[in-house]
Amino acid sequence: MALSFEKYLRTQKMPHIWCPGCGHGIVTQAIIRAIDELGLNTEKIAIVSGIGCSSRAPGYLNFDTLHTTHGRAIAFATGIKMARPELKVIVITGDGDAAAIGGNHLIHAARRNIGLTVVCFDNNIYGMTSGQYSPLTPVGSFASTAPYGMLERPFDLCELVVGAGGTFAARSTTYHARHLVNVIKEALTHNGFSFVDALSQCPTYYGRRNKLRTPLDMMNWFRDHAVPVSTWEKMPPEEREGKFPIGVIKKVDAPEFSEVYSGLIEKVRERGDE
Amino acid sequence: MKDAGPKLLQGNEACVEGAIAAGLKFFAGYPITPSTEIAELCALRLPKVGGKFLQMEDEIASMAAVCGASLAGLKSMTATSGPGFSLKQENIGFAVEAEIPCVIVNVQRVGPSTGMPTSPAQGDVLQARWGTHGDHEMVVLCPSSVLEAYTLTVEAFNISETLRTPVILLMDEVVGHLREKVVLPSPQELVVKDRELPAGAKEAYKPYAADQGRIKGVPPLARFGDGYKFHVTGLTHGEDGFPTNSPKVGEKQIVRIWEKIHSRRKELSRVEMLYPEDAEVFVYAYGSTARSAKRAVKEARAQGIRACLIRAMTLWPFIEDVLSDVKKKHPKAVIVPEMNLGQMVRPVKRVIGDACPVIPLNKVAGQLIEPEEILAAIKEAV
Ligand SMILES: Cc1ncc(C[n+]2csc(CCOP(=O)(O)OP(=O)(O)O)c2C)c(N)n1
Repeated sequence: MALSFEKYLRTQKMPHIWCPGCGHGIVTQAIIRAIDELGLNTEKIAIVSGIGCSSRAPGYLNFDTLHTTHGRAIAFATGIKMARPELKVIVITGDGDAAAIGGNHLIHAARRNIGLTVVCFDNNIYGMTSGQYSPLTPVGSFASTAPYGMLERPFDLCELVVGAGGTFAARSTTYHARHLVNVIKEALTHNGFSFVDALSQCPTYYGRRNKLRTPLDMMNWFRDHAVPVSTWEKMPPEEREGKFPIGVIKKVDAPEFSEVYSGLIEKVRERGDE
Repeated sequence: MKDAGPKLLQGNEACVEGAIAAGLKFFAGYPITPSTEIAELCALRLPKVGGKFLQMEDEIASMAAVCGASLAGLKSMTATSGPGFSLKQENIGFAVEAEIPCVIVNVQRVGPSTGMPTSPAQGDVLQARWGTHGDHEMVVLCPSSVLEAYTLTVEAFNISETLRTPVILLMDEVVGHLREKVVLPSPQELVVKDRELPAGAKEAYKPYAADQGRIKGVPPLARFGDGYKFHVTGLTHGEDGFPTNSPKVGEKQIVRIWEKIHSRRKELSRVEMLYPEDAEVFVYAYGSTARSAKRAVKEARAQGIRACLIRAMTLWPFIEDVLSDVKKKHPKAVIVPEMNLGQMVRPVKRVIGDACPVIPLNKVAGQLIEPEEILAAIKEAV
């Protein structure tokens, strides 16, 4: 049966702000599909975002939604999760939001293993402010603040999360739409901090400057450069050049932080030394 | 703190006890002198009362987590000093705009920048008022004693919960670290107020419609996770909580959140007046400086000088009504001692106008203003 989006969308808030060909709608759709396929209770989901084109998604999603300040969504979400551990808390963020201004919150949430699912709409550019480079912009790419080409080296966000002690990290793209849904489903069922690097296209501010004129060119680029993790692991370094792995990159179990804290409360209260 | 009777408490400790008595259930902070004891005591005390403590990665995150926890229904607080207070400003503005109840404690130390971490100052009184960008009102309370650190923290929560606004408790290092014998009010004596939850149908809930609740100008606030499915944003928004580009809708929202506090200036004003009746010289003081001012005014009275202390516990909204009354009494002078280069002297002057000299008495770099210095200023003024 085809999915009825009505239940999950605030259609009265449409049309959305995204440009034609933007990938953010595909990632938003993937989140909805994942929620629907898992049969999650929509009253027990909070969706939190920062600032950016991507961070506008919660406004269109019919849940408790919180659109915060630039880079801080994970910190706001941490407060919600601590206050009500029974909620599924999803963070929608951009690559600038998550990795530049909000990078510190990202690594610390990963380290704590607090039960948030962070989906980064990674278009490797600052969309909202019209095309400045982000910490994900590839070396040599053009951006409005990299008129001679990007000089800085980019992050690998999944590696960053794993390096910070993250217990779940995965990547997919808007080209791999079905795969993206599956990855988000896995992230949502992981008990602990989960991170999804969802590669998205910004034809307006990235594609046009970088010889990827149409949204389709950009999605085909994803198709041609993405490699399943299982293959990636067997590839020698020289073959990996210019490619990137998609799929679940890390998944390990560790105590989820809000549960750990609830356990502390129980222990302290049992002792009763008020 | 179950047992009644006198206790020896520090200002910072009294603040935590007051917060817990007011129903604090979530604290997020980042250590910084001279506020650190507040975080440390919250870490110890909160789990015992079923509350939660988090040491976040910085002050920005702390303020953010506090907003998140409050939206999910918990009474929430953070505490900091100078540099950390600067970092919190953007998200304090978020709490203003999104109308999220929370309490922010700033135990002032000498600035600018890292300044003098262990020395007292009152240099953040204007930052507390205007630290975050955009037009807004701000409620700022300022204790002078350990007991007041307790009672004003309770008040801060009550105001923040009922008016759906952040409230700043502005201490200074002296009050924060001072140890005094106090008898805390019993739970029965304590008035604790909670935010108003929405009553009507969930689908019809408008998180920013001010005509739906009991408190004028203040919309009831649902909790995240209760099925209201509402939207909260820092963008200027309509009654439904969604962003607007309409100047008309926007102006209405901005004016309402300003008005809900501005229109209550009088009821928010907490002031102690000492010898107001026949006074001719007035001293406007707050925080630890008000302790010296009290000594000075008493001494002046003993010497036959008709002095009066106006001790402001509410710094903002400014206690205009009180100063207007003072103006009508044909004062000879109003003296304003502060541990800064003259911040509250300006609002005092704005009300007093040319009625009499408004005399600043200032010290920075961590030195307390001594009673003798204020007394000398009083004598000079008569
Ligand atoms: C504190 C602060 N600094 C800067 C901005 C301006 N700003 C808004 S969105 C944005 C970048 C967003 O880029 P990204 O997170 O990659 O999301 P996208 O728009 O590409 O989806 C910036 C710099 C802001 N709103 N707040």
